[in-house]
Amino acid sequence: MDIWTFGLTVAVLGMSGTMLVLWLLSVLIFLLKKIFPQATALTETKKG
Amino acid sequence: MESAVVSGLQGLVLGITNLGLGQVIMIVIASVLLYLGIRKGYEPLLLVPIGFGAILVNIPLAGMMAEDGFLRFFYDIGVRTEIFPLLIFLGIGAMTDFQPLFENPKIILLGAAGQFGIFLTLLLALAVGFDKLDAVAVAIIGACDGPTAIYVSSKFAPHLLGAVSVAAYSYMALVPLIQPPIMRVMTTAKERQIVMGMTKQPVSKTTKIVFPIAVTIFASILAPKGAPLIGTVMFGNLMKECGVVERLKSAAENDIANIVTLLLGLCIGATMEADKFLRAQTLLVLGLGFIAITLDTVVGLLFGKLMCLLTQGKINPLIGAAGISAFPMAARVAQVEGQKYNKKSYLLMPAMSANAGGQIGSVIAAAVMLSVLQGMGIVAG
Repeated sequence: MDIWTFGLTVAVLGMSGTMLVLWLLSVLIFLLKKIFPQATALTETKKG
Repeated sequence: MESAVVSGLQGLVLGITNLGLGQVIMIVIASVLLYLGIRKGYEPLLLVPIGFGAILVNIPLAGMMAEDGFLRFFYDIGVRTEIFPLLIFLGIGAMTDFQPLFENPKIILLGAAGQFGIFLTLLLALAVGFDKLDAVAVAIIGACDGPTAIYVSSKFAPHLLGAVSVAAYSYMALVPLIQPPIMRVMTTAKERQIVMGMTKQPVSKTTKIVFPIAVTIFASILAPKGAPLIGTVMFGNLMKECGVVERLKSAAENDIANIVTLLLGLCIGATMEADKFLRAQTLLVLGLGFIAITLDTVVGLLFGKLMCLLTQGKINPLIGAAGISAFPMAARVAQVEGQKYNKKSYLLMPAMSANAGGQIGSVIAAAVMLSVLQGMGIVAG
């Protein structure tokens, strides 16, 4: 494999892979917050 | 008797007669590192042992890195095996609070953009003649994360470890000097004045405990080659958040981190032997490292501008520069720059979110890169 095929493949997959994994982590955080809401926040929501 | 005295005296001057110009230059360079660490306070925990290790290894005939050398022993058990950077990650995880990230998860994307310098620098390194794995080791300086840089370079290009580590830690310390001019060039005065609203959202303890476990499973399955990096950071964080292993957490963030930092610094210094370090290649590594961190900042700011556009001006693009791993320096730089243009602007919390994203981002970027290299058959599975 020549160096440019190597470099471009690693660069494109690396950047898109990093972005994708971190986006999925943001979704994971969002879901965790929904599944395990903070007790006081939940109480306030119920009161509201 | 007379000949014995002469022989003995010869032994005492052997060091002087074997002292080469290269070793003298390296001792001067090591002294500069010590000066920067001790007098200027630039990353002293690393630069002081690195500087001292570099002095030791350049003492003629001392054999510090010979087969039975004192520093070689620690190098073989801790650096060649990649154990030291992983133990440092354990401590980093135990010290890291991901609360800012939980408060604004979308900002984690800035932590991805802040790693793009790694991949762009990889192309530059290949263009100037580095071979594939050397280019990977040089590019990883763009992670702006010392342990990640050490982990990757010791794995793929141990001969570049000294230059890569010195570049990574020096540029991390220089973030407050490197970033502001780029921030001013890349953003308009109007953008720099944007005031960001940040509501403090409570996050449950369960979320904080489940997060490191879920990230380890999830990210390691996506990028298995990075499991040691992700796993150690997240295990450290789990010990912090679960609250039931206070002694272990304390050991990870204090005793283990301190001992390993000391030995790791000495070992990195020990790779700076004159004949290996005083090469044109070292200057190239330092230059490319600077470009990598500059590109991280540029791409982070561009992504910040994109988010500003998409949110109709609710995000100040300056926080894009904080999407690197230098925590919390990069966040402070964003705060200081924002305040210069608008006294009512408090960017610290959103910048901390981006910075925490950068901490995860650097580990994920390295993990993704290692897994891509594994998939391409460049590194063994």
